[in-house]
Amino acid sequence: MSLAKLTTSALAIAAVSATAAAARDQVQVAGSSTVLPYASIVAEAFGENFDFPTPVVESGGSSAGLKRFCEGVGENTIDVANASRQIKEAEVAACAENGVTDIIEVRIGYDGIVFASDINGNSFEFTPTDWYKALSAKVVVDGEVAENPYTTWDQVNPDFPAQPIQAFIPGTKHGTREVFEEKVILAGCEATGDFETFLEAAEGDKKAAEKECISLRSDGKSVDIDGDYTETLARIESNQDGIGVFGLAFYENNTDKLQVATMGGVEPTTESIASGDYPVSRPLFFYVKKAHIGVIPGLKEYAEFFVADEVAGPDGPLAEYGLVSDPELAETQSVVTDETVMGGGS
Amino acid sequence: MSDIPNPAAPIADPRGASLLVQDGRTKRRNASEGRFKLYGIVAIAIGLLMLLTLLFTIISRGTGAFQQTYVTLSVPLLEEKLDKNGNRDLAEIKKVSTFGYAPLTKAAFEAKIAESGIETSLKPKAMADLLSKDAAAQLRDYVVANPDLIGSTVEFEFLTNSRVDGYLKGRVSRESIANDKNINAAQLDLVDALIADGSLQKRLNLNFITGADASDARPEAAGMGVAMLGSFAMMLVVLVLALPIGVAASIYLEEFAPKNWITDIIEVNISNLAAVPSIVFGILGLAVFINYMHLPNSAPLVGGLVLTLMTLPTIIISTRASLKSVPPSIRDAALGVGASKMQSVFHHVLPLAAPGILTGTIIGLAQALGETAPLLLIGMVGFIASNPPESIAEGLMAPNSAMPAQIYEWAKRADPAFYERAWGGIIILLVFLISMNAIAVLLRRRFERRW
Repeated sequence: MSLAKLTTSALAIAAVSATAAAARDQVQVAGSSTVLPYASIVAEAFGENFDFPTPVVESGGSSAGLKRFCEGVGENTIDVANASRQIKEAEVAACAENGVTDIIEVRIGYDGIVFASDINGNSFEFTPTDWYKALSAKVVVDGEVAENPYTTWDQVNPDFPAQPIQAFIPGTKHGTREVFEEKVILAGCEATGDFETFLEAAEGDKKAAEKECISLRSDGKSVDIDGDYTETLARIESNQDGIGVFGLAFYENNTDKLQVATMGGVEPTTESIASGDYPVSRPLFFYVKKAHIGVIPGLKEYAEFFVADEVAGPDGPLAEYGLVSDPELAETQSVVTDETVMGGGS
Repeated sequence: MSDIPNPAAPIADPRGASLLVQDGRTKRRNASEGRFKLYGIVAIAIGLLMLLTLLFTIISRGTGAFQQTYVTLSVPLLEEKLDKNGNRDLAEIKKVSTFGYAPLTKAAFEAKIAESGIETSLKPKAMADLLSKDAAAQLRDYVVANPDLIGSTVEFEFLTNSRVDGYLKGRVSRESIANDKNINAAQLDLVDALIADGSLQKRLNLNFITGADASDARPEAAGMGVAMLGSFAMMLVVLVLALPIGVAASIYLEEFAPKNWITDIIEVNISNLAAVPSIVFGILGLAVFINYMHLPNSAPLVGGLVLTLMTLPTIIISTRASLKSVPPSIRDAALGVGASKMQSVFHHVLPLAAPGILTGTIIGLAQALGETAPLLLIGMVGFIASNPPESIAEGLMAPNSAMPAQIYEWAKRADPAFYERAWGGIIILLVFLISMNAIAVLLRRRFERRW
């Protein structure tokens, strides 16, 4: 009865695996796809240099990662969430509800957001105003709020060539999108003075006016990309008029296909981002579940290794890949060593 | 009598045509048949053309991944760097991190250039940048494994970085590097000199088939091996669970179950399940196996369970079909000589249906092997396939990826060298799928009986 034999062996394997499930010995990380390359570089080096197994790093986006992070405490939840934005109060509350109270926030450095187009196409020198006028759903024309009438870049700014507006921007589940809205679209909205008009129309409701600014047009001129930067790159390769939003590191790895546009007259480089001259940059974070330190072997060592000078410092492998290293790295290191949790006293 | 036609006389044709000369209507019918044949040939030709384009693209883009550029260097394993106290204590040797090994490879590279008399204006740092980041790790692994060799000089073959490799493969050219901060023309001159010297060359890269995934900083070191083991672990789970359950269910439904509305509903539902998109099974797996049963994330066991659910309907349907094709006379003869129902099924029907069952199972497995969508939801996509499992239990429970998930992951990454590896991975996956299907065809040819 080979059938019976097969079934028993299946049961035996299930039993063996159930006992193996009792202990997890590698750190599990998930979250932002922007942080993923950095986290995987660190994880790889960590696995090489320590006796712990290589941590597992998944992507999926900042919000998705933080959601899984906040699911609770225990071995089948992740230990570290990567995020390309700061954790929100609502997420901290959701965490607390599930028993995840002590969260250590670690800032690893800064990342620039660049605007790039096909290497053989026109080159651009943008300001936030241009992007706001090109992409916002409603703009102010002759003092009146109107549906966005612009279809080519030269209508937005006479200095630009008459190239149809076609932008590929990160979808809403990406942390990059929020930075794009806040530092480019909203900044442009305020710079043009349209913000005041929206504020008047909304009767002084700042939130409503901001929302009006950052709601983007939905007539196909602006396309949300929910996938990764490779998808944005593929779209640009198939449509020479396209302009895409990328991370600096991604652009630097694909300089043979893309040309970068300046923003506010500054070219994005690690130097201009570190000095703060380039306007569109954001800090990158990872969040550690303090309750898992001491339970999951290697978790604290991984966090310490991540922010060590030789890794996250200006000469480390992360900076080499494109991360703009944090001038206050020493402070971050002490946060990790002392396991200082967010929210001060708690 | 006069109204009976003379049988010898030819039958009067109202249109007066002969059999040998086609009339207009026959011509039209023949022409339309000819056109239909032509459509068929065109359709097949288009299909073949597509297949050829696909194969050509895959092979032309993917074969590069099976070769990699290596450089040969003699590295002195300096005692003062690697074992300061000189007592060969493994714990102390391990304290030196890969960052401590990098200067050794740098010095070795510099020595190599000086020794072979190549003139270059490059600084030692720029020379060492031609090496893969993996070189320091390779060196450290070697020293940790052979601490006795500290103090001697050992010859190594190191990977070069992905830009140098791309240059040898034609992916990177002197024109394309104009804006590339990772490599410059002077470094390519050095590469050319090293090629002429014979110490830098492209050769077969077994690591691509056996190795683990690598991070974005060193695409040249990435391999498919660990993801392959993940796929094998999943196939093991699918085989062990889906085959017995599927066969038992089909035997019961086909041979024992009464024909009534309940079995009809079950039958309809099995057919429907076979058509359910695989991502649905992924969500089910996340909800049931991970969130409810608390099985670990990213484990091939969970992946295998999800794929089992997906494969079961396929196996049940093909098993039932092959049981049905065994003629009733076999059953009747067995029952006639006094066998019980169960004996007739297990001694006579099942052996005759076995080739069909196996074929169905192998095709189901091949389908499961190429499945990515459900794995996305249970955490098997990412930088995961980096720890080769040490036992079967670990292979099932420790986080791992699978071949198609690894291909998807590589295709997403920024460095163009990963793109080449994604195509290479497709070749490996196709080899597996084609050989599984070939086995299925062979089994059917060899053992199938027709009545």
